[in-house]
Amino acid sequence: MNLQIESQDGCVTAHLSGEIDHHTARTFREQIDYTVARGQVTQLRMDFSGVSFMDSSGVGLIMGRYRLMSGQGGRLTVCGASESLAKMMRMAGLDRLPIWEEERHETHQ
Amino acid sequence: MKPINEMKVDFLSHSVNERLARSVTAAFVAGADPTVEELSDLRTAVSEAVTNCIVHAYADRIGSIRMWLRLFEDGRVTVKISDHGCGIPDVEQARTPLFTTGGEERSGLGFSVMESFCDVVRVRSTVGKGTVVTLEKRLGGRNRARAL
Repeated sequence: MNLQIESQDGCVTAHLSGEIDHHTARTFREQIDYTVARGQVTQLRMDFSGVSFMDSSGVGLIMGRYRLMSGQGGRLTVCGASESLAKMMRMAGLDRLPIWEEERHETHQ
Repeated sequence: MKPINEMKVDFLSHSVNERLARSVTAAFVAGADPTVEELSDLRTAVSEAVTNCIVHAYADRIGSIRMWLRLFEDGRVTVKISDHGCGIPDVEQARTPLFTTGGEERSGLGFSVMESFCDVVRVRSTVGKGTVVTLEKRLGGRNRARAL
């Protein structure tokens, strides 16, 4: 598992990669929550484009961050989910939450 | 019907072994020529079942988990995940979507995922003794038109 975090103007982007399961979700959660607690974060973006596998622990990870951000009057957005991850997220009803970022065409380094 | 291949593997309820269980499953079913989606779905279901053993069955200790995988001639795979943990007092309640005894970051979707991603899910449990979850899925969708 790998996590790269960028922070700019109150917006934190967490680029997750590898596999998200109960074991790895803990580290993702701790590192993301630590970063959010450190600054005045108004928006948290979770980028799943590097994630090769996710079970329902990933749903818990998203829900927990949604509660965290909502609780402090901020916003969570989710992007980069592959079709198999999107399938899991739809099954969990996450498609009904206002967290979906429009897919933009960006050049990634 | 006798299986054309089978394996049993025992491992401890360390959370790092959730990934091991998925890898073992993928390696075992490779010969059945699953589609990408079938493989992903089965690995996810196995991940949910093994996570339940680690988070719930052995919540307060480390115990042993057994995976028994069997492959049949018609492309059916069965994966039995068993533990000697605390057991489930009310299996029907446990299988209710969103029900969890596990705390804030648990989504309560484990059984729902298993049921969506597999053809059959069976659960047998005795409080104080342990639980057996059996997943069944037919693989090789792209080959079904071909005669064996």
